[in-house]
Amino acid sequence: MSGMCFLGALDAQTVVDAVGLGAVYALMAVGIGLVFGVLRLVNFAYGQIVMAGAYTLAFTSQADWPTWAGIAMCVVVTVVVSGLMDRLVFRPLRTQSPAVMLVTTFAVAFLLQNVALLIDVRDDTIGEPAASVASLNRAVTVWGVEVRKVTIVAIVVAVVALGVLALLLTRTRIGLQMRAAATDFSTARMLGVRANTVIGVAVLLSALLAAAVAVILTVQNPLVSPDFALKDTIIVLVGVVVGGIDRLWTAMLGGFAIGFTTGVINGALPTDKTVFLPSVVFLLVIGVLLVRPDGLFARGRRGLVERL
Amino acid sequence: MSAEPAATPVLELDRLTVLYGGVTAVRGLSLEVMRGEIVGLIGPNGAGKSTTLHAIMGAARVHDGDVRVSGRSVRGRAPESIARSGVALVPEGRRIFAELTVEENLRLGLSGRRGRAGEDEALEEVYALFPIVKEFGRRQAGALSGGQQQQLAIGRALVAGPELLLLDEPSLGLAPRVVDVVFDALAEIRRRGITVLLVEQRAQRTVAFADRTYLMANGEVRLTLGPSDAGDTESMVHAYLS
Repeated sequence: MSGMCFLGALDAQTVVDAVGLGAVYALMAVGIGLVFGVLRLVNFAYGQIVMAGAYTLAFTSQADWPTWAGIAMCVVVTVVVSGLMDRLVFRPLRTQSPAVMLVTTFAVAFLLQNVALLIDVRDDTIGEPAASVASLNRAVTVWGVEVRKVTIVAIVVAVVALGVLALLLTRTRIGLQMRAAATDFSTARMLGVRANTVIGVAVLLSALLAAAVAVILTVQNPLVSPDFALKDTIIVLVGVVVGGIDRLWTAMLGGFAIGFTTGVINGALPTDKTVFLPSVVFLLVIGVLLVRPDGLFARGRRGLVERL
Repeated sequence: MSAEPAATPVLELDRLTVLYGGVTAVRGLSLEVMRGEIVGLIGPNGAGKSTTLHAIMGAARVHDGDVRVSGRSVRGRAPESIARSGVALVPEGRRIFAELTVEENLRLGLSGRRGRAGEDEALEEVYALFPIVKEFGRRQAGALSGGQQQQLAIGRALVAGPELLLLDEPSLGLAPRVVDVVFDALAEIRRRGITVLLVEQRAQRTVAFADRTYLMANGEVRLTLGPSDAGDTESMVHAYLS
């Protein structure tokens, strides 16, 4: 294919892996964007929700739970952690400034990391292996390209999850209410849109996406530690800003773009130079933000509307 | 509840005081709107008209006094809860969701209904009142003209099936011909027995149209006018300037 030729030195393997990484980051970007839409809150602690899900996979695996039961428990844990975060932290802070809310999510992130550390070190080692899902890391050959099963899973899960979400947002009443609330929450409420319902559904959906991300990342990196998904969250947050955070699809494209770019650069850099990966990625980010400060995919528009 | 339900006002403001940005925007305002009435609320900019409507909707915090809808206090309740108890607002500047379609904007108004029954009928009634809303249903609402958006905003409030309709300067910024469309729609709304509180800048037209009109200045009611006062602009101007 001409696209493959254009990428020159890059082999199909790298491109497939990059698409896989882009898919995972797109899921995270949408998870962050959903909550931002209704709360105008950048949840820095999103990675810790993923981390909690990953630990669930590790502990259920060590307890010899069947894989499906471990994944089900992972969903339960991400939903419960997200729900508690909303109820105990976000709801009391809804009327505060964005800066207060952002700093608070930093605090929540570090709190959850330290809670995870306390639980993790009970066996005197840091890091818990999640063996049950590791079988997905095996490679299969598709059209002569070695592809890890998890890459296929990541792409399929991302396409299906984002497709279902798009249908939910465009075809259902709650979806319509969420879209309206994301543009003008106070008017939506005066029309009868229940704030707590809309926010609750956004938090729930973002938790489900976090569970999917937890499974995929745990397959790729089966040793779960307290800083699990932390680096990914930072990269995704940057991607979301680069794409344009005030809209779900631009946030998603931003997440995908930075994941794909990271994957491609990772493949292109010689193995002994991969320490420069973040430098190269963030150099590109600075370049993009200088040229398009409103976001890579944003059309010329007004600024953000007021929060609830 | 009451032996004479007709005697219970649909809306009662009882010595309502509202602070807005540290300033007392509404001071001790009392008024009543009876079932089926159209009541006007006029006054200069900054008189506290919009703040009054926001306080009724639960969007501005009531500092003192009370707001009662059909005899029940709604003070301290969330806007969505007040909307679901039969109060609908056509907000100042229309507040149309520009990126949603016309139909989506209209359907959003269904959020204010208490149940799912009668939704289709409610939509059809609005289509009959404002054919333009049906005709342009699939368009982005932001592409509509100001007058069309105003019809959509009124329709969006009506599909909630309100007992009490609050309108905040529905004729603001519209061409005279379009203002007629809006007032014709209000006349039709009156025929349907919906109680209306109409905030307007067009003093004379409002006084002539409404059953009763309160003239507000500096957060207080200065005058109560009937349709026969529409010709007497002098007392109005005097109240405006005092």
